Amino acid sequence: MEHRIIDQQLDVLRDKVLLLGGATEEALHRAMRSLVERDSKLARQVLDDDKIIDQMEIGIDRMSAEILALQQPAAHDLRLVISVAKITPVLERIADHAGNIAEAALIINDGPQVKPIADLSIMADNASEMLKQALDAFMEEDTEASRKIIRQDKIIDDAYRRAFGELIGIIINDPTTTTSAAQLLFVAKHLERIGDYVKDMCELTVYLTEAAFIKHSRADF
Amino acid sequence: MSKISVSNLDFYYGKAQALHAISLEIPQNEVVAFIGPSGCGKSTFLRTLNRMNDTIPGTRVEGEVLIDGNDINEQKTDVVALRRKVGMVFQKSNPFPKSIFDNVSYGIQINQIHKGKADLQGRVEKALRNAALWDEVKDRLNTSAFGLSGGQQQRLCIARALAVEPEIVLMDEPASALDPAATQKIEELVVELKRDYTIIIVTHNMQQAARVSDRTAFFMLGKLVEYNRTDKMFTNPDEKLTEDYITGRFG
Repeated sequence: MEHRIIDQQLDVLRDKVLLLGGATEEALHRAMRSLVERDSKLARQVLDDDKIIDQMEIGIDRMSAEILALQQPAAHDLRLVISVAKITPVLERIADHAGNIAEAALIINDGPQVKPIADLSIMADNASEMLKQALDAFMEEDTEASRKIIRQDKIIDDAYRRAFGELIGIIINDPTTTTSAAQLLFVAKHLERIGDYVKDMCELTVYLTEAAFIKHSRADF
Repeated sequence: MSKISVSNLDFYYGKAQALHAISLEIPQNEVVAFIGPSGCGKSTFLRTLNRMNDTIPGTRVEGEVLIDGNDINEQKTDVVALRRKVGMVFQKSNPFPKSIFDNVSYGIQINQIHKGKADLQGRVEKALRNAALWDEVKDRLNTSAFGLSGGQQQRLCIARALAVEPEIVLMDEPASALDPAATQKIEELVVELKRDYTIIIVTHNMQQAARVSDRTAFFMLGKLVEYNRTDKMFTNPDEKLTEDYITGRFG
């Protein structure tokens, strides 16, 4: 098999996505830690590092456009570039949500401590794990794993509904906690959205590997 | 019913078999691209569709090529009429050493298609318009065809092919010797022409096949590896061999 110029470029593109994915995972992990450990310094660091993630996104966009224009990829090569171009803003948005969680942490950390919300931990753990697995599945083009991850999103959705109810209850019972509890509601919503974005990533892995569009399909994906 | 229906077509140059059991259906008013590495048989196959290979001694064809349901390899087939119905444009433009007008009118005259001078002129104009050349040559119809640019000469050859009112046009790498602007004009023309004709185009330019065709046939070593809708072929081909070829892994 001949060595193709595009192979090297696609390898670099994959590496860049992997780096962006790693930075996104790290942002989410640190944002949650800043909240749980009431570490405002760490929260500010997450917000600062978001600029680096934005730059990574631009770098991938530029390279994807260059490959499309100069190498005119087809078939799997084409699907890879399309998937990368679509997965990159998804990762960037996940990082944005991590930033939003860090912002919430800055507010919550200044107020009285609210009792730990177990479902919030379930959501955070699942979101992090799903993100990690989705990135691995994308790199390995593992559609079986991707489909499994998509199904896991239900765990986050269910935990979100429970956390929402619990936090509203806390506000009703003790109005002095309203500011912090409202921020935790936002955190829950961000984690729920991250779950949705991870699902989008998995759908792109299926497109990349099988050329099948499973987005918006209800069952039997 | 398909415009062209080929089944189990074998073709031999002497003892060497160049095509192996080719079967495919070409619908009317579609553009079909033939792609594949040099020597894969795509041009040979193209030429079996209007029996151009008859001119090569020692060739033999087996199997069936039906056009509008008629087997073109039957003895009773009028080959001249067949080639009128199935016109051809070659890789290198080959205008006659005559005027632009004469190049286009030649086929009409020898086939006695026209009714009088005015009709002949009308047919020449129509063919030149269909080949998107009329506006560029209408004021110099009586000048030599050799005064035209390469791209214009190729469109003149297309006009010449269209003048005898074919139903199918075979194009063997029609833009391979042209610059990008002239190539673009030929490609636009191909897409335009499919309203009235069925077009088969052999090309080495994969992007050209992707741009102009509705279906693509990939040949290798005299065999048809895959025949599929072009959008499917270039985003998700069924055959690994096709994927390897269109992504430049060999050939």
